[in-house]
Amino acid sequence: MPIIVTPGPRRPGFHRRLLMWWGNRPLLQVAIIGLLAALFALLATNVGDTMQRIGISPGFDFLWRSTNFEIGESSIPFSASDPYIRAVVVGLINTLKVSLFGCVLATVLGVVIGVAGLSRNLLLAALVRWYIEIIRNTPLLLQLFFWISLAKAFPAPRQASAFFGSIYLTNRGVFVPSIAVEGLPMGVATAVAILIVVYAVLLFTLFRAGRLNSRNAGFSGLALLFAFLALLQLAGADITLEAPALAGFNIRGGYNLTPEFAALLTGLVVKFAAVIAEIVRAGIQSVNRGQWEAARALGLHNSQIMRLVVLPQALRVITPLTTSSYLDLTKDSSLAVAIGYPDLVSIINTTANTTGQSLEALLILIGTYLVINLAVSALMNEYNRRVALKGTSR
Amino acid sequence: MTETAPISAQHRARHFFSRLRIGLFGSVANTIVTLCTLALLAWLIPAFLKWAVFDATWAGDQSACAARAGACWAFVSAKLRFMFLAFYPQELQWRPVAVILILVTLFSASALPRFWRKELLSAWPVAVLACWLLLAGGYGLSPVSSNHWGGLPVTLFVWAVCFASATPIAILLALARRSRFGGLRTLSIIYIEVMRGTPMVAILYVAMLILPMALPGAQFDKMIRAMIMITLFWAAYVAEVVRAGLQAIPSGQEEAATALGIGYWRTMQLVILPQALRLVIPGLVNLAIGFLLATSLLAVIGIFDLLNAARASATDPGWLGFYNEAYFVAAIVYFVICFSASRYSLWLERRLRADTRI
Repeated sequence: MPIIVTPGPRRPGFHRRLLMWWGNRPLLQVAIIGLLAALFALLATNVGDTMQRIGISPGFDFLWRSTNFEIGESSIPFSASDPYIRAVVVGLINTLKVSLFGCVLATVLGVVIGVAGLSRNLLLAALVRWYIEIIRNTPLLLQLFFWISLAKAFPAPRQASAFFGSIYLTNRGVFVPSIAVEGLPMGVATAVAILIVVYAVLLFTLFRAGRLNSRNAGFSGLALLFAFLALLQLAGADITLEAPALAGFNIRGGYNLTPEFAALLTGLVVKFAAVIAEIVRAGIQSVNRGQWEAARALGLHNSQIMRLVVLPQALRVITPLTTSSYLDLTKDSSLAVAIGYPDLVSIINTTANTTGQSLEALLILIGTYLVINLAVSALMNEYNRRVALKGTSR
Repeated sequence: MTETAPISAQHRARHFFSRLRIGLFGSVANTIVTLCTLALLAWLIPAFLKWAVFDATWAGDQSACAARAGACWAFVSAKLRFMFLAFYPQELQWRPVAVILILVTLFSASALPRFWRKELLSAWPVAVLACWLLLAGGYGLSPVSSNHWGGLPVTLFVWAVCFASATPIAILLALARRSRFGGLRTLSIIYIEVMRGTPMVAILYVAMLILPMALPGAQFDKMIRAMIMITLFWAAYVAEVVRAGLQAIPSGQEEAATALGIGYWRTMQLVILPQALRLVIPGLVNLAIGFLLATSLLAVIGIFDLLNAARASATDPGWLGFYNEAYFVAAIVYFVICFSASRYSLWLERRLRADTRI
């Protein structure tokens, strides 16, 4: 008798897996997708026809034409003869600038407020409660309108009074001290840049190895700071804190935040500090009371309990929620268009109106936001994976 | 912790004061915090009261207000109609007022679990159609162009219509995202992620700039275009909440239904969705609060919703520049609606949890 060899269970082939992925009603799906594609194609054809009718050639060539408009504030040099692509970059930098400052400041303020809200002091807790309720139950746009009208209502530079001797609130913007480094030779600057890169790589390696803790980071940061200062001393450069001061009709020196930037930043920080405060409160409260009691029974004192027991567990709740609020902040910075800050949306809107290439302009806008979103999500998912409980599949 | 002995009023008062004493001055640190907070309040509250009450102008005209430093409530009483109804013709103003009443009644009825029946579901399209008829006119009512609509009716109407029409789309998206059909699943994921990654302002610009190019024959006005895009935009957010509900239903439910020979759609309609949607009602209420606040973005494309009408009221040459008073009134309206909705959501959550606990 011939021996019949039955093959063991084999991994299904590529074709089979594709079919399994596609599902058990292949034709129905093809029909639905075909219908949607047809609808989409119809709309796209209409857009193409309309563009042709009003005399606009589709494509991204317009990006290299000169804009003929000025931008109110820009971190890179920009003039009306520069191409649209540069204007878009200016807008993107403005968006990223306000979002970055917004995220950092909102986090700091939000954590402080969140912890204050958990305080056993009844008055403070009530004050925080009302702050959060008022901010969260009114539209952000309304708050921005309020902040911009406040910023425009500040006194003229001549009448402005200084806060802490060096911060001026005027109707031409907010003046804050700036840090200026003078007399820095090129070689030293390069050395400093290399040092910073080395430090960042070191931190990242430690992070990957899972050995990054606050002591490592703190000590190496301090060392870097001292090295930096020593280098500056050796090179004969000096750092000066330049405070703004009244000179004639205007204020000279320091760093000038335009009223629009100041209003947008304030609005975003105030709004998202309330959001983050709620997240921090929820995170800390999510840690079981038994954890506090057990840690206290082991003889840890309050700050140790917070640092070693509660925060590491609370961070698992806090991180994903904070990430999504950072993304919300970045998206909400687009409300800049309503108060006249030249962010990406506002530049894209101007571009669409002056060139008529609204489809291309909006595609650039949506694509850019999508890239920002996916990048932040990917980074945060990586971090999230690290703080998640080991051994659970989440 | 159960207290069996009845607590006398005197005891309760003493308990309250002792809690207050410990809560405010329990320790040295606590006392310092209390004093600092009091100092902050002593700085904020008198300044606000000075603006809102002591230095305020209650009657008169613009020049009377300009003479005083505080708030100009005379402006608010003169422009209140404009803030709430904007440019709607004055002789027809009973119509937008009726719209507000209909929508508020509809929301209140939908909020009470007692009314959660099939009839309520059919009341929604009827009420929305009635509101549309009242605002736009026709069938014996004199027509009013949507360019003249404004204020609170527009805010409430856009909110109700877009949220209500986004929900069925969202359910389909959520089901597609959890289906075994790879193609539909991928499409649904792409749609949801693109929408959620885009700011709402960009979506409104699509409504303003792209939609007229894509549908050249149809004569859609600005309001309808904005509502179409907002519906499609919100559907992605609602879909994610619905998906969370679907994920919470044990797979045994669907398997049991399949074993009984019930088809997919019947299973979803009779078994899965009733349970899943019930779970996510509090989440949907929170989403709805966010959506109400988001309708204020209509101001960006020049639709006179409540916020934009309030702002425009301060551009009246007779009452120029009283922005703070206008924003204050708008903020109170938004706050009252959203605050009560969030309290309602907490109450509902407790109640639903009590219902499901057997």
